[in-house]
Amino acid sequence: MEPTISTLIELRDALRRGELTSVAATQAMLDRIVAIDNTIRSYLTVTDEMALEMAATADRRRAEGEDTPLLGVPVAVKDLLCLAGAPTTAGSKILENFISPYNAHAVDRLIEAGAVILGKTNTDEFAMGSSTESSAFFTTRNPWDTERVPGGSSGGSAAAVAAGLAYGALGTDTGGSVRQPASFCGLVGMRPTYGRISRWGVIAYASSLDQVGPMGQTAADTAALLSVIAGYDPRDSTSLDTPVPDYEAALTGDIRGLRVGVPHEFFIEGIDTEVEAAVRAAIEQIARLGAEIIEISIPHTRYGLPIYYLIASAEAGANLARYDGTRFGERVTGSDVIDTVERTRALFGPEVKRRIMLGSYALSAGYYDQYYGRALKARELIRENFRQAFETVDVIAAPTCPTTAFKIGERVDDPLTMYLNDMLTLPLNLSTGCGLSTPCGFDSKGLPIGLQLIGGPLQEATILNVAHAYEQTQPRRKPELALGDIA
Amino acid sequence: MSLTHTDVEKIAALSRLSLTKDELTHFGEQLSAILDYVAMLSELDLSDAALEDQTAEHHNVTRDDIVLPSLSREDALFNAAETRDGQFFIQSILEE
Amino acid sequence: MLQKYEPVIGLEIHAELMTQSKMFCGCRVVDSVEAEPNTAVCPVCLGMPGMLPVVNRRAVDFALLVALALNCEVQSNNIFARKNYFYPDLAKGYQISQYEFPIGLRGYLDITLSDGTIKRIGIRRVHMEEDTGKLTHLSDGSLVDFNRSGVALLEIVSDPDIRSGEEARAYAMRIRQILRYLRVNTGDMEKGVLRIEPNISIRPRGAEAFGTRVELKNLNSFRALADGTDFELDRQAALLDSGGRVIQETRGWHDARRETFSQRSKEEAEDYRYFTDPDLPPLYIDEAWIESARIALPELPQAKEARYRDEFGLSDYEASVLAEDRAVAEWFDAAVAGKGAGASPKTLANWILNDLFRLMNERGRSIDTLPVTPAALVALLGQVEQGTINQTTAREVLAEMMDSGRDPSSIIESRGLAQISDEAALTSIIDTIIAGNPGPVANYLGGKENLLGWFVGQVMRETKGRANPAVVNELLRTRLERERM
Repeated sequence: MEPTISTLIELRDALRRGELTSVAATQAMLDRIVAIDNTIRSYLTVTDEMALEMAATADRRRAEGEDTPLLGVPVAVKDLLCLAGAPTTAGSKILENFISPYNAHAVDRLIEAGAVILGKTNTDEFAMGSSTESSAFFTTRNPWDTERVPGGSSGGSAAAVAAGLAYGALGTDTGGSVRQPASFCGLVGMRPTYGRISRWGVIAYASSLDQVGPMGQTAADTAALLSVIAGYDPRDSTSLDTPVPDYEAALTGDIRGLRVGVPHEFFIEGIDTEVEAAVRAAIEQIARLGAEIIEISIPHTRYGLPIYYLIASAEAGANLARYDGTRFGERVTGSDVIDTVERTRALFGPEVKRRIMLGSYALSAGYYDQYYGRALKARELIRENFRQAFETVDVIAAPTCPTTAFKIGERVDDPLTMYLNDMLTLPLNLSTGCGLSTPCGFDSKGLPIGLQLIGGPLQEATILNVAHAYEQTQPRRKPELALGDIA
Repeated sequence: MSLTHTDVEKIAALSRLSLTKDELTHFGEQLSAILDYVAMLSELDLSDAALEDQTAEHHNVTRDDIVLPSLSREDALFNAAETRDGQFFIQSILEE
Repeated sequence: MLQKYEPVIGLEIHAELMTQSKMFCGCRVVDSVEAEPNTAVCPVCLGMPGMLPVVNRRAVDFALLVALALNCEVQSNNIFARKNYFYPDLAKGYQISQYEFPIGLRGYLDITLSDGTIKRIGIRRVHMEEDTGKLTHLSDGSLVDFNRSGVALLEIVSDPDIRSGEEARAYAMRIRQILRYLRVNTGDMEKGVLRIEPNISIRPRGAEAFGTRVELKNLNSFRALADGTDFELDRQAALLDSGGRVIQETRGWHDARRETFSQRSKEEAEDYRYFTDPDLPPLYIDEAWIESARIALPELPQAKEARYRDEFGLSDYEASVLAEDRAVAEWFDAAVAGKGAGASPKTLANWILNDLFRLMNERGRSIDTLPVTPAALVALLGQVEQGTINQTTAREVLAEMMDSGRDPSSIIESRGLAQISDEAALTSIIDTIIAGNPGPVANYLGGKENLLGWFVGQVMRETKGRANPAVVNELLRTRLERERM
């Protein structure tokens, strides 16, 4: 039951050497999903038939001498990315029965690279949340402690990879939704530079902030996924038309002379002392690898949260206006057209309603300047902070989250406390760089802690290499799944 | 910043959300708290912040005027709650 | 009412742009009246989850042409914004439009009123946006067709400079003519590709403050625009006179009843919550882009009219009819340019306005499908000038040219239509006629000199109209005088 191969790279190499078939690897994953995902609850939809077909195709192609970057590798996709012919729900009741007629660009890239899509993973509704607790369907469990959240919104993807239910996964990161669950689940998870990965077919939450991100057990796994999904797409006007480097080849492990900035504002009041200690220890380790550590300042860090919530909510309000029950999605029939639209939209969960309303208010006549307009201008300050920082350093190192995974139910109805969890990830989204979270030890409860590495625009290879170099110095641990009779 | 009941009703209407009385109260309190929190942005001096200054690195992204295939009507209507005669069907709406 | 109140009217004109594909997706732009519903739609224009817009560059080129033609200051910084409102025909729950940063600002258009005076109407702004879908209302519900959803749309907003239905009509007709000249819109109001909505209010003469305005819709002809506007002005004046007040609302024009009716009251202004669309990076229109549009800009109707009047000596009427349609005007221009030593512009204009138009009408031909080229008309008139054929024959030849597309000289030759100017041949015919008609000859000699025309007619009959009338005249006069001796 326990797969002997645990990383994506290991599996890919084994497939290449012909040590096993994709069908066998895929079937093992599907069996494991059947066995333990009723506890973890990472998948919303398991596309088993499609997966086995893809695996068989991959094996056939390999038998014919073909090879592609992810040929035969089973992966999972957050249910915010459209997969043609399969349900795509965005974790929402309103899209419960929506069948997408198209693939997201990133999904197309995975399929072209030969990957096998195992299914669609759980997400906070429309990616609005940090725990999967606002998924309309169920809450995903953290494989390290099933009483705790896996983080969010890409919590399903993180839990699936951490629990060995996929060799890698895609999430989306609007305010930290890849990095935070990666941190909570002990994975590498990246938010690439805005525009690096097409948003085509990715259900929009906040368009100026949304970005697809890969998650893997290691930096190399993450790099392999990124190499596949990155690249220009003319269907997304914000897509960057710049060459994609070979991210795996960039993992030299040599970080000598690299300038690593540590912003004191990221070690905020209220940060868990064990988290702080682990992150500082990791930074020391990076110094021992030959990097130069420099104290820096991102002075407007504390304004990131209010800026983020105003901008993201305003954009979300417009992005979610299309769910009116006319062309797709559920419809709740009311007394007239307007009543029907309003009742249909009442299917949104509380977190979504809250943000739509905040967004409507922030843009409304008489309040635009005070809220949305001000947030837009303040966003420029954060951007400027990062621009200046990257004049003196190559990489910024900081905690990913102020705490480790919290208990399910603990913060559900306290939006502000919940939001504070994203305090350290979202400044990057407001800026123009890239960032990742990589495991850097455990707290005394045995929960993973994440180190956040932030790079400037299109510096994905640099931060992946730092993560890789650091990773080589650390023991690897997998969750001892507290799964009762299954484990 | 404390939103009144009327404020919240107006925001809900603008957002086309039908909310229960309890929800109105509850969201009103939460939104008020969030607005209090985001008010910290007023501490910032933003007088120099330049927006729309034609410096966006990424600009003038356009496509050629080329026709691409559309969906089949069947696919276009596939996800609709109700259709009739090849069209999306909704309740009566006042002629505009 | 005009003594007491001042009408204040501004026009909002929506014009669909004649691009091949839609504004933000590759769906074909189809005739929304003819096409089967929902056959020119895709995930983008249906507003499906995760779909993204990409700007159609030709739509921007078209918008730029219009902005230049309407004398606007072209804005280098173009930002697309989301205009948020719910309506079942609006796929995304917002319309992509331009708000603070439109493509054109502060333009103007001169219109000619019926008394010949010229009035300048300010153009407040020209901006790009996307069209919505279309609703059809049934007894038990409504149908939504998204074929039109996402079609590139231009909104042209005038200043409130218009004072009457007649001015509104003159302004709108000019706009339509320019859009057609630029080949960016067919001008078909019945099909809704051009939609005109006046905002109408009145205020007591001398007052500063504007009155409450009413937006008028459903105007699908220029007559409806003029009549609807005048009706509304009278209605508002009567309301104020009777101590009532005008309420802010949208009113429709009932074409059959010739009156406006209330459609929707706008007690509160709609809150559109505009903000920059994060899916669309800014569009910077630089000098080079503007210059390339300027080069593509054709001579506009007003400039043509002025040239026809001032350089060619045409009447206002002739000039405006020739300039009305760009294809006709360009046909005329080509003829004038190729005329050489032949017909004058005035003669060409007469032939086009009288004969060519009549033949086109009779044969149901448009200028675009005309088998007669400008050069062929010039060649035909050259034959008249040279005396090879007369005017009457030329008309016949032109008709034949319309039917066969053959050039005039080959028609003249093959049908033997060339005029007989040969004096010897004509003299013998004349001799025969005089010998055979002693009565009329005697009467002529007795003083009825207007009988000369009768003799000319006889010669023409004998020659099947081919005799050169000038030569015949001269020969007849001389021959008849000789009879006196």
